[in-house]
Amino acid sequence: MEDVYIVGIGIHPFGRTNGMSGLQQGANAARAAMADAGLEWPDMQFGFGGSDSAGNADTIVNELGLTGLPFINVKNGCATGGSALIGSWQAIASGAHDVGIAIGFDKHPRGAFNALPAEYSLPEWYGEAGFMVTTQFFAMKLQRYMALHGISPTSLGRVAEKAFRNAVHADHAWRRSPVDIDTILNAQMISDPLTKYMFCSPAEGGVALVLASAKKARELGRDQVRIKAAVVRTRPPGSFEVFSPCMDIERGGAPTLLASKAAYEMAGIGPQDIDLAQLQDTESGAEIMHMAENGFCGDGDQEEWLANGWTNIDGRLPVNTDGGCLACGEPIGASGLRQVYENALQLRGLGGGRQVPDNPRTAYSHVYGAPGISGVTILER
Amino acid sequence: MGASAIAEGLFRETPEPTLIGGRHRETGRIVFPCPGDATRWEAVDLPRRGTLWSWTVQRFRPKSPPYTGPEDFTPFAIGYVELPSATIVETQLSGVDFDRLTIGMAMELTTMSFSTDADGNEVRLYAFTPVTEG
Repeated sequence: MEDVYIVGIGIHPFGRTNGMSGLQQGANAARAAMADAGLEWPDMQFGFGGSDSAGNADTIVNELGLTGLPFINVKNGCATGGSALIGSWQAIASGAHDVGIAIGFDKHPRGAFNALPAEYSLPEWYGEAGFMVTTQFFAMKLQRYMALHGISPTSLGRVAEKAFRNAVHADHAWRRSPVDIDTILNAQMISDPLTKYMFCSPAEGGVALVLASAKKARELGRDQVRIKAAVVRTRPPGSFEVFSPCMDIERGGAPTLLASKAAYEMAGIGPQDIDLAQLQDTESGAEIMHMAENGFCGDGDQEEWLANGWTNIDGRLPVNTDGGCLACGEPIGASGLRQVYENALQLRGLGGGRQVPDNPRTAYSHVYGAPGISGVTILER
Repeated sequence: MGASAIAEGLFRETPEPTLIGGRHRETGRIVFPCPGDATRWEAVDLPRRGTLWSWTVQRFRPKSPPYTGPEDFTPFAIGYVELPSATIVETQLSGVDFDRLTIGMAMELTTMSFSTDADGNEVRLYAFTPVTEG
């Protein structure tokens, strides 16, 4: 397999862009990524892309140009961006192409995600009775984790406080004002134990990454950031997932555990070798649980980690350096690529006020979502 | 005006409230609700008592569709209840004090009035409520 490099990165700011479709936000990101690489749309030999609720990505040729390139639509829930990246990575790693683009974008209405039972092969009564609400799942997974492993509400507050603090320095973030921990802890309860500042909100945004072979990357002078691993996994038996009318008493693994293990094996390194990480933070407890599921600490150790600020920008493992989903919002099709964008930016030393110190060399990203999928990438400089 | 369950085949109200699960004919795995494929799944009555596995409180009105509960919303508790040697079921929790919900507490099956449909008929739903020893 050929080495694959990220040679161009582009983002359309997350949050709300009135008057612009999700697809147009994706096209903006693509233009920025190509400009960053010193390339143009006719140079793209292929594209992979997707959104969850903003239409088919291949219609982006109407915005960018009718060059006849092969463009593959991806629709894979929260792993849409990660899957687009994997498709692009394979297209180059296989030697079939030299350069191409992965694009993720979305535009969701305000308020909670509006899932319908039929989309998840569930009976109608399940939605009628009020169970089709994603926040319930995250709250109940967290409630049990906190009870079993001694995680305090204060730690939930610390995660959210860090997100908004980091986002002050991230141009593409949505919520860029600091929020103090007392405000976070005492805010309106949405789904116990989570207050409104501890949940991300559905949002809009677009991200694009231009990938290239080693030879092409050297030609462009952009052979700095290499993809060491890119994997997606579905759920194993006994995992606890969103929209589950029942689950087995014998508890099992989680899709994140599978994706994480496969990514470390592919990269040939372990969690101790990672310099910074972007972890799925649908709510602040998810970041805490995902610290352990991705191998960075033991269950329950997060109390000590957060009390000591070890996931801050200047900590031993900075986590969600751009504020994550909590501060950027969640455009489902774009979030996975936002994480990789942020990691590539950090490895190039362009993080500005949120730059991780001491020239980080390895960066990890992780998404998780319905109906039990996880995607992990590892980049290396 | 009549009353009917939110869906057929989920639970019985008499002679006592009973949830109807499905047992896989080959593996013996028990799930809720009972899947429709009768060649692979047979209906079984689930245990009526169990313990609270996790919980939260739904503090805002879920979006409609699909939610068909009362327009005049009041927060309700939901949770998962572990039914011994069977499965862990998702359920509304009725008759609970939100501040006193604890993982591991004893719960038992009940039924409750959920809403009124367009024809004025009562719609009923299963729920679990704390066991009151007396």
